[in-house]
Amino acid sequence: MASSFLHPRYESLSRSEIEALQSERLRETLGQCMKSPFYRNRFRNAGISPQDIRTPDDLVKIPFTTKQDLRDNYPFGLCTVGLDKVVRLHSSSGTTGTPTVILHTQRDLDQWADAVARCLYMVGLRPGDIFQNTSGYGMFTGGLGFQYGAERLGLLTVPAAAGNTKRQIKFIMDFGTTAIHAIPSYAGRLYEVMEEMGIDPRRDTRLKTLVIGAEPHSEEQRRRIESMLGVKAYNSFGMSEMCGPGVAFECTEQNGMHIWEDYYIVEIVDPVTLEPVPEGEVGELVLTTINREAMPLLRYRTRDLTRILPGECPCGRHHRRLDRMKGRSDDMMILKGVNIFPIQIETVLMQFPELGNEYLITLTNKDANDTMTVEVELKEFHDDYPGMQSLTREITRQLKDEILITPEVRLVPKGTIPKTDGKAVRVKDLRKTLI
Amino acid sequence: MTVHQISVFIENRSGTLVKVLDLFKEAGIQLIASTISDTVEYGIFRIICSEPMKARKVLEEAGVSSNVSDVFAVSLDNYPGRAADAVRFLSKAGIGISYMYSFMLSGKGILIFRTNDPERTKEVIRDNGIESLNDESLLSLV
Repeated sequence: MASSFLHPRYESLSRSEIEALQSERLRETLGQCMKSPFYRNRFRNAGISPQDIRTPDDLVKIPFTTKQDLRDNYPFGLCTVGLDKVVRLHSSSGTTGTPTVILHTQRDLDQWADAVARCLYMVGLRPGDIFQNTSGYGMFTGGLGFQYGAERLGLLTVPAAAGNTKRQIKFIMDFGTTAIHAIPSYAGRLYEVMEEMGIDPRRDTRLKTLVIGAEPHSEEQRRRIESMLGVKAYNSFGMSEMCGPGVAFECTEQNGMHIWEDYYIVEIVDPVTLEPVPEGEVGELVLTTINREAMPLLRYRTRDLTRILPGECPCGRHHRRLDRMKGRSDDMMILKGVNIFPIQIETVLMQFPELGNEYLITLTNKDANDTMTVEVELKEFHDDYPGMQSLTREITRQLKDEILITPEVRLVPKGTIPKTDGKAVRVKDLRKTLI
Repeated sequence: MTVHQISVFIENRSGTLVKVLDLFKEAGIQLIASTISDTVEYGIFRIICSEPMKARKVLEEAGVSSNVSDVFAVSLDNYPGRAADAVRFLSKAGIGISYMYSFMLSGKGILIFRTNDPERTKEVIRDNGIESLNDESLLSLV
């Protein structure tokens, strides 16, 4: 199996070697962190010094870092190098208030590209392969992250970016694309449109590999995508705070995502007590970067719920495997790969004096397309049909501006939004495995 | 010239219509005419009844979203073409009809409608000698 290791030096480390490397890199990272005003204050306030932390087991002494910390110190408060050493900035969409910013030195970008290249190599991609990336580019890390990683590996990389499905298919046909990165629902969409165009992906394309992620999906969904497109589909995990794609990736066993423990120290904690959960149990993923220069993060709460898969992977790597993400410890929804919080929708709705306080967000995925329906109670009913129509249009427009997705807005009579225990249910996720 | 119409904003779900009608039944209010608009987005149940103000109160107490408004009610002689004549008067005057429904009552054809220009509508009804109804005169036909 060694032939599938792009970085045998790191990929073939034993557990004890991984832990030794982590201790060494953690100590370097702590030294680096002390160059940022944020972590200097944090350590001082907690009454700890970097010397107190020698191994990953000592991490529990350090307070968690949260997304709110990144917002409060926007944009450069966590930076540990001079800005003249920073060559790239990525930002979250800022959908819930102040955006968050992640900074990279050239070394950070190189390390990131190496991680993505390692992932793609692991699933069998080699120079000669043609890799089409359907991620949004720009500030979103799924675009440039895969671009640089695939180029690092030597793949012919097509930055097709998001949308324009017919053009994507034309590229697949014309260039002989062998591998695609797409969110699962978009992979389903590609198949649908190919079918409409009379294209059988198994017969008419060279596709063999699909990289999926950024959107919850089940094993059944994966299998259906694989059989429709005639590919092997590999799940991936990444988040902009941890660089972006390339944090954890499935090997050809397709059973859990190896998290690169030469880059990250993994903890799984109970999201309420914040205590570590027993090995193999589901909790919130907490990550410490140990291979980053410009903006290392210690014990970052990802809000993603998952578990460490017990046992050894037959592929021979000892980097532990994360199970599929089980959901979120906050109320974030992921729709068409876009992160959305109910509070964003609430904020828009509450600006309309015509509307009551109750609303219900329903997520469905008819025809493999994620759809959001927002039902909201009308405060007073005036039997003014044209007025209701234009109100509906205006709410839809403003919601689209906020969440970047066009929801179906429906005004409903007062008192009709279902409640449980007097508390309104805000989100109903009825998305099923349809693909 | 106008009668009181109750409009109920109803959920597109089975059982909601029965709930409204049961409230009328318990209160002893009689339906004279009603119509339900069938759009994808909203269900609007419009009702002409024997005691509109009481009906409104009953609905309000039951927490049902409703509204009472004035709609035009005209009474036409019972032979073919009278509705066309009446609507033509409005049309010629450039008045738009938002919605309309009709029914037969005591040998008369009754048109209920709302327009985009109530003042002008009143003039047209008066000037053309169309017989109009109010709550009392409508109820007297029942």
